[in-house]
Amino acid sequence: MSVTGVNWLKYSSPQAFYPLAGRMIPWCAAAASVVMGVGLYIGFFVAPTDFQQGEAYRIIFVHVPAAWMSMFLYVVMAVWAGLGLGLNARLSFMMAQAIAPTGAMFTFLALLTGAMWGKPTWGAWWVWDARLTSELILLFQYAGVMLLRTSIDDLRRADRASAVFALVGVVNVPIIYFSVRWWNTLHQGASVSMTAGSKMAATMLTAMLLMTVGFWMYSIAVTLARVRCVMVEREQLPAWSKQSPMPDVAEAR
Amino acid sequence: MLETVALSCSRGQRRLFSDISVTIKPGTLLAVVGENGSGKTSLLRMLCSLLSPEQGTIMWQGQDIRQLKELYCAQLTYIGHLNGIKDDLTPVENLTVSASLAGEKSAGARVQDALEAVGLRRPVHSLPTRVLSQGQKRRVALARLWLSTRPLWLLDEPFTSLDTAATSFVTQRLQSHLHQGGMVVVVTHQEVALPTDVVQCLRLTG
Amino acid sequence: MNQPSMFEALRGIIQRDLLLAMRRRSDVAMSVFFLVIVASLFPLGVGPEPTVLRTIAPGVLWVAALLACLLSLGRVFTADYLDGVLEQMLLVSQPLAVLVVGKVFAHWVISGLPVVLLSPLLGLQFGLSGESLGVLVLSLLLGTPTLSMIGGIGAALVLGVRGSGLLVALLVLPLYVPVLIFGAGAVTSSSAGIGGEANLSLLGACLVLSLFFAPWATAAALRIALE
Repeated sequence: MSVTGVNWLKYSSPQAFYPLAGRMIPWCAAAASVVMGVGLYIGFFVAPTDFQQGEAYRIIFVHVPAAWMSMFLYVVMAVWAGLGLGLNARLSFMMAQAIAPTGAMFTFLALLTGAMWGKPTWGAWWVWDARLTSELILLFQYAGVMLLRTSIDDLRRADRASAVFALVGVVNVPIIYFSVRWWNTLHQGASVSMTAGSKMAATMLTAMLLMTVGFWMYSIAVTLARVRCVMVEREQLPAWSKQSPMPDVAEAR
Repeated sequence: MLETVALSCSRGQRRLFSDISVTIKPGTLLAVVGENGSGKTSLLRMLCSLLSPEQGTIMWQGQDIRQLKELYCAQLTYIGHLNGIKDDLTPVENLTVSASLAGEKSAGARVQDALEAVGLRRPVHSLPTRVLSQGQKRRVALARLWLSTRPLWLLDEPFTSLDTAATSFVTQRLQSHLHQGGMVVVVTHQEVALPTDVVQCLRLTG
Repeated sequence: MNQPSMFEALRGIIQRDLLLAMRRRSDVAMSVFFLVIVASLFPLGVGPEPTVLRTIAPGVLWVAALLACLLSLGRVFTADYLDGVLEQMLLVSQPLAVLVVGKVFAHWVISGLPVVLLSPLLGLQFGLSGESLGVLVLSLLLGTPTLSMIGGIGAALVLGVRGSGLLVALLVLPLYVPVLIFGAGAVTSSSAGIGGEANLSLLGACLVLSLFFAPWATAAALRIALE
């Protein structure tokens, strides 16, 4: 999402960001649907049957992108949290607030699809190995960020406390990522790497990357929609509502 | 010299005060008055650097206190609503710890003298603070003023729970501090019995 | 204008907390009793079969120590927050992170050190012997200060919040998991004959990392709580 020549600073106030977000949502949602549709089609129908695992392996086209997104979204949330603390910007805190539920959803999806994959492959719904355990911990961290925010009544303190907690928890993300390398675990080793050539068939790789992009577009669309709801809920300063009439929430969708 | 420039504060959705600019010169006392909920304590906490202002800056000797950080904290003594003393320690122990955390001399005799100056008699000095009355606990908290060598004093309703004798002790101490060129900011509901040439009044309307 | 030196400020904070603990010795005793009770629940629940107990001992003892630390977190900052001593601490003219190290150290001496000292006795009850006992004590000696430092972050984040007891557990337990894995793993490897050095050095690394980073996070959380 790199755009040059646009003065981004003017969008750093909630009033200006609200309509921009509104315009972006339909495009991202459409892109998400198309890309995910293609990705699922390739994954479920075009990619070849795995030699060892049969048809059950196809769940990885949801599982792996979901796991990647769960880690990526946590880091993005932590970045927004850090920006909020550093720049004291309300919008940054609102973005962090909007990302958390989607990140938690992907973490849960990764764990669920992982269990669905694990049963036919390893014979067990759950094993306590390093990667699964640390992904489970990531879910608890998302829950902690969200619960901390809802438990504190004062809005400013809630923002900043959950931002501090999100930043402290970032340390878990590299642990999940490298856990398959550091510990000999039951989990698949890394089969997609940035540097070495990939170890799986080209169609499988394409499907996974397409699903990742699709999930990413979905996350952007949902996060922007959610941050607009957060803005409507929080920004009730009289000055703003006098400047521009608050658009109907129904119409915004 | 303490100066605030266009200070404003909001709590939740409410704007408490805005655009407050005052200067406190050495030897003067600023009395902050106003109704309950008008932001007096918030203003004082901003001056302590415990609370960040929504807008505006606070300058100490011409420098922003946010740049000075600990150096500014070394210039002030703050006594808030809460006494800041531990119930399980005696007044002497409490004061000794407060003094050593402030880098003040805390020899036993000085501490006892400070407690006596605020009106607490010797027998009380070695009792756990738990058994003292509210007024006595407040005196223990205020005894720090007799040990403090810092120029700026920030006091939040210091006269609460004090009887007339203790109130006059504290007022006299404030006066001698002002004579020596110190500065005081007091949040208070009562009149401060000091000559009007050293007292400025800031009324917050909320 | 006077400023305390860093050493004077640290000493003042630690001395005050240790003096307070001596006035309320029940606080120290509580951690110890809790550890013994929790550790005793497992043989009662699982059965007294010695080989089973010896296998579960590292995990059980470590979880008990972890829970004892977790329950004691309510005492790190809450009392000081309620009587105004904490806001005075924020105004001491030394970096707050340094003062936090002092507070958490004093808290560890009161709540964590008794756990470390009692652990050999409990280890014997579970049938651990010789080298494993030594590794247990060493792992707890390295691990409990780490747990206190990380716990301090959680305690500072939830100051004055309703339901903070459960909330701090939810915040802090995910961060405790690596320490638990390394700590219990050290004792298990030692019992299995592999030697606990690898896990112990990882524990040491966790301690060093937490000593460097946790105080800053805790100081930030304290400032946020006291605004």
